[in-house]
Amino acid sequence: MSTTYEHHDYDVLIIGAGGAGLRAAIEAKQRGLKVGIVTKSLLGKAHTVMAEGGMAAAMGNVYPEDNWMVHFRDTMRGGKYLNNYRMAELHAKEAPDRVWELEQWGALFDRTKEGKILQRDFGGHRYARLAHVGDRTGLELIRTLQQKVVSMGIDVFMELKVLKLVHDESGRVAGCVGYWRASGEFVTFAAKAVILATGGAGKSWKFTSNSWEGTGDGHAMALWAGAQLIDMECIQFHPTGMVWPLSVRGLLVTEGVRGDGGVLRNSNGERFMFNYVADMFRAETADSEDEADKWYDDHAAGRRPPELLPRDEVARAINSEVKAGRGSPHGGVFLDIASRRSPEFIRRRLPSMYHQFMELAGVDITSEPMEIGPTCHYIMGGVKVDAETEATLAPGLFAAGEVAGGMHGANRLGGNSLSDLIVFGRRAGMGAADYIESGQAATSLDEGEVEAAVKDALAPFDRSSGENPYDIQRDLQEMMQANVGIIRTQSELEFAAGELDKFTERVKNIAVKGGRAYNPGWNLTTDLPAMITVCKCVTKGATLRKESRGGHTREDFPKADPEFAKFNFAHSSKGGNWDSPIETVESPLLTMPDDLKALLEEDH
Amino acid sequence: MADVTMRIWRGDANGGNFETFTLAQNEGEVVLDVIHRIQATEAPDLACRWNCKAGKCGSCSAEINGKPRLMCMTRMDQLPEGEVTVTPMKTFPIIRDLVTDVSFNYVQAQKVPALLPPPMPERGYVMFQEDVERGQEFRKCIECFMCQDVCHVIRDHEENKEHYSGPRFFIRYAELEMHPLDTNDRRHLLREEMGLGYCNITKCCTEVCPEHIHITDNAIIPLKERVVDAAYDPVAWLGRKIRRKHNRTADEAAVQPAP
Ligand SMILES: Cc1cc2nc3c(=O)[nH]c(=O)nc-3n(C[C@H](O)[C@H](O)[C@H](O)COP(=O)(O)OP(=O)(O)OC[C@H]3O[C@@H](n4cnc5c(N)ncnc54)[C@H](O)[C@@H]3O)c2cc1C
Ligand code: SF4
Ligand code: SF4
Ligand code: FES
Repeated sequence: MSTTYEHHDYDVLIIGAGGAGLRAAIEAKQRGLKVGIVTKSLLGKAHTVMAEGGMAAAMGNVYPEDNWMVHFRDTMRGGKYLNNYRMAELHAKEAPDRVWELEQWGALFDRTKEGKILQRDFGGHRYARLAHVGDRTGLELIRTLQQKVVSMGIDVFMELKVLKLVHDESGRVAGCVGYWRASGEFVTFAAKAVILATGGAGKSWKFTSNSWEGTGDGHAMALWAGAQLIDMECIQFHPTGMVWPLSVRGLLVTEGVRGDGGVLRNSNGERFMFNYVADMFRAETADSEDEADKWYDDHAAGRRPPELLPRDEVARAINSEVKAGRGSPHGGVFLDIASRRSPEFIRRRLPSMYHQFMELAGVDITSEPMEIGPTCHYIMGGVKVDAETEATLAPGLFAAGEVAGGMHGANRLGGNSLSDLIVFGRRAGMGAADYIESGQAATSLDEGEVEAAVKDALAPFDRSSGENPYDIQRDLQEMMQANVGIIRTQSELEFAAGELDKFTERVKNIAVKGGRAYNPGWNLTTDLPAMITVCKCVTKGATLRKESRGGHTREDFPKADPEFAKFNFAHSSKGGNWDSPIETVESPLLTMPDDLKALLEEDH
Repeated sequence: MADVTMRIWRGDANGGNFETFTLAQNEGEVVLDVIHRIQATEAPDLACRWNCKAGKCGSCSAEINGKPRLMCMTRMDQLPEGEVTVTPMKTFPIIRDLVTDVSFNYVQAQKVPALLPPPMPERGYVMFQEDVERGQEFRKCIECFMCQDVCHVIRDHEENKEHYSGPRFFIRYAELEMHPLDTNDRRHLLREEMGLGYCNITKCCTEVCPEHIHITDNAIIPLKERVVDAAYDPVAWLGRKIRRKHNRTADEAAVQPAP
């Protein structure tokens, strides 16, 4: 074992302290294992804390008609049937228990009159289904799990960035190498099982709701370590991001605004969503404003408003309105709740949206409409896992949360991520524990791999002159936004692929200024290989999927093609270097049993 | 628009200096945007923390013109004209530039005895909105630690960190004490080890809280009352017994019969 670096041994090492990582840690610890968590920011600051609207679980507290079967159907339809059906099924069945469990650990959700957990409406969910606390549900989730983890005495390594996974000599994943942000010193971890819970990858687009953390490290590290990535072309552009002022462009405006009665209008004041109802959703969507408005109070009195169609539908519609010249002054459309709900209601239901607009844009959402437009929000694609155990194709490596693929298919429904984190976080903890108990776990770290990762990380200090990593990041974001955004086309995708090769070369010429201790420029330099790797997979998937489906829209192939509904594109890389070639194959979907298939057709 | 001049403290545990940057101002920017532009151009190694850029994560706390603020929620155009001075939080040890070592807070978090609820019934606990509302106010906390930064008990007296958990954790204790399901009693701990008595209700913490939590009025003062109730002094104890008829004690209030 390497003696030059600080070293730690664990049974289960979890990379990521968002909802998925924390839930996995609790489970593994309850199995009596030695558990460590590594996070590149402070505990409690992961993306999960930013989630607003709620967490979907068919508890039936507001609409007793709701149950797991309806939730399963909604999830599959929202995902345009590209989902791993077994994950969607487990998720729908287990989410209620996972939400209730949070209350035992201290969560305080908003209540119904009967004292049960209140549930709110969100796009694509047939019934009011999202457990929530105002518009700060993610904060409640992460704090509850964080406090549970702390009370169990689980070790948390904060501000420690993992650079690469490391194998043992038999090729099992055996740990990782990373560095402390504070000191710049390297650290190695050996573990019998590693769980990736690193979240998403939205930071490679110019307008995004994601923070600096969303660089797809886990996606890339899994690929480099021998696992497969699926559905990478499926990126969710959330319909409602702020558009003005420019410095906050992309910041999320929760779908809860629409769930609570907000509507979308163009510059002519029209509720344009009525013109964009796809055939698949026509039967369940209102066709007049009058009908839609009745629905908010009683779901039996009318069909759902078109503003609450799945996100991909709404984002495309906004895009078309702006293109047709009916946008708002700053290139978005209007989201109006002010004219429809009382100021008290808005402040109580949407307190953080109220503050966000008041303080950052000088807009009072209780009296004026918001200007909004699509923002890169979530990646449906991710590491291919086994639905029951979250095991990846790299032995010893597990993945849960946004970094895992399959659960959401081509498009995720709002609220289905927070519930995904706790359902599959728990399962990953169980999967890792079972794997360790079966006695196949890895034993030692390959020192050569450790040394190679350290050498790569330090190389930019050796160059006396070279590129600024921030320039590369900005150019990459602009390139991806322009060519691999909401609407895609062959020529732009081919151009993007060529550009990504150039970015790969530019990264090898970065010179870092300053020392190793808490140096954001250096840290960004270590992010770029992951960002570029993820962008390559996204671009490749988008080029190959010659159809439009969910979070993947092709201008040159505007319709869904049933042939493409039979498989996911799966990427892998064998070279062992971050810039090794990526191979892509068609990976057939699991076949759904007939009883579940019947649920999809049923008109609930 | 006119240029802006930023005076930013740079250095580490061994000391440091102010560095001045002058750059063009853009409409609608917050302090964090300007810091990011400096990072992307002149000083890629300028250290600061941030995540959400929307006042939700509590990462970007610093002292702007001497006052603890979230950098992501402080509009440049709302600061007084002239140089803007940005320094790290004073109460915590410096790591580098604007980044401080806030581990004190994570140590305090480890000392909090967890929620102890009765077993959960089949389809979840029954709690009413008015029962959860008090706790919900405290759970809005984004752990920016600015209340800890501003509290003179530890800002001016390093030695007090040994036996003082600070306003962020007083609201955590208050939340648990007022939780409709909790059965743990933390009053002795609060009095003897968490230093509740050191707080002399200056309300500085309440003033800086970006979540507008009424830290003193709704948490610290009621906690102080409960802790006094729990004292072993027989006179106080008698007082508590007498009051009991009208006012439930914390013991009783904390234990809610299982639904
Ligand atoms: C603004 C916003 C609002 C949202 N609202 C909702 C909502 O209302 N409902 C809903 O269901 N979903 C919502 N989502 C989506 C949801 O919040 C995320 O998908 C989810 O929180 C991801 O959780 P996670 O546990 O997978 O990862 P994250 O919470 O993203 O955590 C990732 C963790 O991995 C760590 N990490 C990453 N890379 C490394 C590395 N190299 N080394 C060490 N550590 C690393 C990070 O530090 C972090 O701790 C929202 C997302 C955003 C951005
Ligand atoms: S009120 Fe108490 S806790 Fe708050 S700042 Fe003053 S002394 Fe500190
Ligand atoms: S109580 Fe307020 S000031 Fe203190 S840490 Fe929480 S959010 Fe920040
Ligand atoms: S960056 Fe999250 S609070 Fe400022």
